[in-house]
Amino acid sequence: MKILIVAETDGGRVSEKTLPAIAFAQQQSPDNFTILAIGENLQCIETLTGYGAQAVLTVNHPALAKPLAERYAPVIAHHARQLGADAIVATTTTFSRDVLARVAGLLDAPMLSDIIALETANGKLVAKRPIYSANLIGTFEVEGSPVVITVRGPAWGKPNPTGAQSPVQSAEAPAAIPQRAEWLGLQGGSGGRPDLTQARVVVSGGRPLKDPETFEKYIGGLADALGGAVGATRAAVDSGIAPNELQVGQTGKTVAPELYIAVAVSGSVQHLAGMKDSKVIVAINTDPEAPIFQVADYGLVADLYQVLPELTELVKNSRA
Amino acid sequence: MKILVSVKRVPDPYAKITPNATGADINRDGLQMAVNPFDEIALEEAIRLKEAGKASEVVAVSIGGAESQEQLRTALAMGADRAILVQTDALLDAPSVAKILAAVYQREQPQLMLMGKQAIDMDENQVGQMLAALLDLPQATFASKITLENGSAIVERETDNGIETLKTPLPAIITADLRLNEPRYVALTGIVRARSKPLETLTPADLGVQVQTRMRLVKVEAPPARKAGKRVSDVHELVRLLREEARVI
Ligand SMILES: Cc1cc2nc3c(=O)[nH]c(=O)nc-3n(C[C@H](O)[C@H](O)[C@H](O)COP(=O)(O)OP(=O)(O)OC[C@H]3O[C@@H](n4cnc5c(N)ncnc54)[C@H](O)[C@@H]3O)c2cc1C
Repeated sequence: MKILIVAETDGGRVSEKTLPAIAFAQQQSPDNFTILAIGENLQCIETLTGYGAQAVLTVNHPALAKPLAERYAPVIAHHARQLGADAIVATTTTFSRDVLARVAGLLDAPMLSDIIALETANGKLVAKRPIYSANLIGTFEVEGSPVVITVRGPAWGKPNPTGAQSPVQSAEAPAAIPQRAEWLGLQGGSGGRPDLTQARVVVSGGRPLKDPETFEKYIGGLADALGGAVGATRAAVDSGIAPNELQVGQTGKTVAPELYIAVAVSGSVQHLAGMKDSKVIVAINTDPEAPIFQVADYGLVADLYQVLPELTELVKNSRA
Repeated sequence: MKILVSVKRVPDPYAKITPNATGADINRDGLQMAVNPFDEIALEEAIRLKEAGKASEVVAVSIGGAESQEQLRTALAMGADRAILVQTDALLDAPSVAKILAAVYQREQPQLMLMGKQAIDMDENQVGQMLAALLDLPQATFASKITLENGSAIVERETDNGIETLKTPLPAIITADLRLNEPRYVALTGIVRARSKPLETLTPADLGVQVQTRMRLVKVEAPPARKAGKRVSDVHELVRLLREEARVI
């Protein structure tokens, strides 16, 4: 299988979010994968070069300074055709959902979104992926080539460094890049905390955290004591307590940290869809019947306002 | 301005979904069905644009068996002006759905197509983007705010890195995220009134589309269950267990 990996970029920098896609390629086709990175004046290419890719292709063009699907998709489709790729692969993120599904449209290719396993049987690809809000795992058979694939980050992990360096080659953009949609701006940012999808520890808060200041004080405080990232439920986001990009769940991010601490989170199926593969789950909730306790390794029935300050202090001391 | 909105029939988001006896599909006995929540949001947005005088007609389209009429009736009750059912019992993959929607789009020639960002059954999040590619139109996915002005749409999009704003000329494909709006409750009078609104039925062949499904769901299973762990009595015990037993801090 010849794999073309599409690196995640914001137009200026290559993101480490690409790494699970590289881990996937190392597993499926260790000797035959190429990475494509698109942007303008791209930085951090070295993020991609240590894992055995045959080449890292970079396309730099002023029209590609921001990751607009309409512009990136034809560049990817062009290189997928040139390479004769059997699979075009990226890690599942909003970037890849936006861009790669458009690539699938351009190539008339079937697409497997957010897969957790893949094998070949009788000439068909057989993939597993979460369906129905991750309540079930579906097995899908796909015919034809190429196939577009996004891989669920936590299921594939990190690639192994190979020691050797892949050659970086600058590659062409196709002649015509459509430029109808324009990028106007981006608001957000993790405020110096680790990226939610990459963090070793995630502390999430729910609707009872009242307002942004309270949320930041209690949830942010515990996350900082643990060197972790902050997450939130949709209810917390919808009530304006936490910014959108912190939402964990079916319609937010998928995370699988070593430690996930859910504070005042009821544990709806939609929230669980985004975090139940975490290694260790802790739940703190006043309601002993809250569904979150059904997936928690350690459950504490308590009022967050009573126990979080002490927990934060204890963590600080134990790590000092 | 005409707006086309796609509507999919899916299990109710709060229904319990389990594998059936063969394990090849879900258990559909007595399963409550609904309009895909993201499509409902797209529809609500289209209706609000019409109410604000920015759109003249809202057309809802669904692809599926005869039972999808139920979801189109809900769409009409919410405020769509007319509905189209592309009736087929074939199992369709996302590229096939996109091809049928592209044919409906060509026939209707709307100035805007609004759709949900994903259907909550297969959770693929593909069709809008594929459709935009097939029609060679600009796309704005995961919209949490849409403002129309002078033949363009300014769209705020929910991305992993924050809220991105982009501007696209129309026509375009825009897919709705959860925070775009809160769909209205359908009043009984709306349901009654909707009975007299037109609902047209077509087949893929009427639209000149031959669908070929290349991806098939062959098995559904419950994910490995997580067993509930222990209750701890206080934060001291919690920190001790996290350190000594789980070894994660
Ligand atoms: C299509 C769809 C998609 C969705 N996608 C997502 C998603 O991606 N992510 C997501 O999170 N949700 C999602 N939801 C929403 C989801 O169904 C729930 O509504 C939401 O997760 C609930 O958030 P919550 O736990 O913060 O709030 P609540 O359900 O209000 O729960 C609050 C919890 O806090 C506890 N509590 C109250 N006070 C205290 C206190 N002082 N100390 C400790 N505990 C306390 C309560 O016992 C309760 O369990 C989606 C819904 C739909 C329909």
